[in-house]
Amino acid sequence: MDLNSYLLFVVMPILCFSLILTFIRFMRGPTTADRVIALDLIITTGVGIIALFSIIYNHPAFLDVAMILALIAFLGTIAFSYYLIQEQNKRKK
Amino acid sequence: MTSLIIAILATSGSIFALIASIGIVKMPDFYTRLSVTIKAATLGMGTILISAAIFFNDFAVTSKNIAILFFLILTAPIAGHIISRVAYFTGIPLWEKTVIDEMKGKYEGRIENLQSSESEEQEKAKEKKNESASQ
Repeated sequence: MDLNSYLLFVVMPILCFSLILTFIRFMRGPTTADRVIALDLIITTGVGIIALFSIIYNHPAFLDVAMILALIAFLGTIAFSYYLIQEQNKRKK
Repeated sequence: MTSLIIAILATSGSIFALIASIGIVKMPDFYTRLSVTIKAATLGMGTILISAAIFFNDFAVTSKNIAILFFLILTAPIAGHIISRVAYFTGIPLWEKTVIDEMKGKYEGRIENLQSSESEEQEKAKEKKNESASQ
């Protein structure tokens, strides 16, 4: 078994399965904060999937997308937490 | 040899991601979920990115990978800290078997009122109370 088929048929399904499990929490999550960290984990796993794709298809240009995605994950978490705390402050007033 | 190293690193990274996702599904409350996911997922993505850097064996790709890895390692703890802080202030309950809650009673509903130690005004109020009690 060469490297490409190993990555495509063993490592990639494990990552996709973990993505599905995280998506279960994203759908079920009792609070908004649970959904926010599930989204953060989905995007972090997505970075790994993109890096694996760039290995499998021998195409390093995909890594630019991974960099942008890592940036977006951080900004999304910060924006959601700011929104949550503003809502809380408004309710307390 | 190189392909063996790449395979080992990629497999360990995917297994770390799997552990993180199992943790986020199975853990009982928000704070334990947070503590499981951020560290494991960051480590897993780190090993996958290192395996990509070894595979391409190119200066530009390696520096790009190091930039992604640096950014992930830099931002994941900050995001986790901020979201856990916000979760505590918005009143997400702790697990019923939690042993200790050190933040209990140190703020009054608004995030600006957090006191890590006693402020000057509080100390003055305490002194006044002590004086009135002694009188």
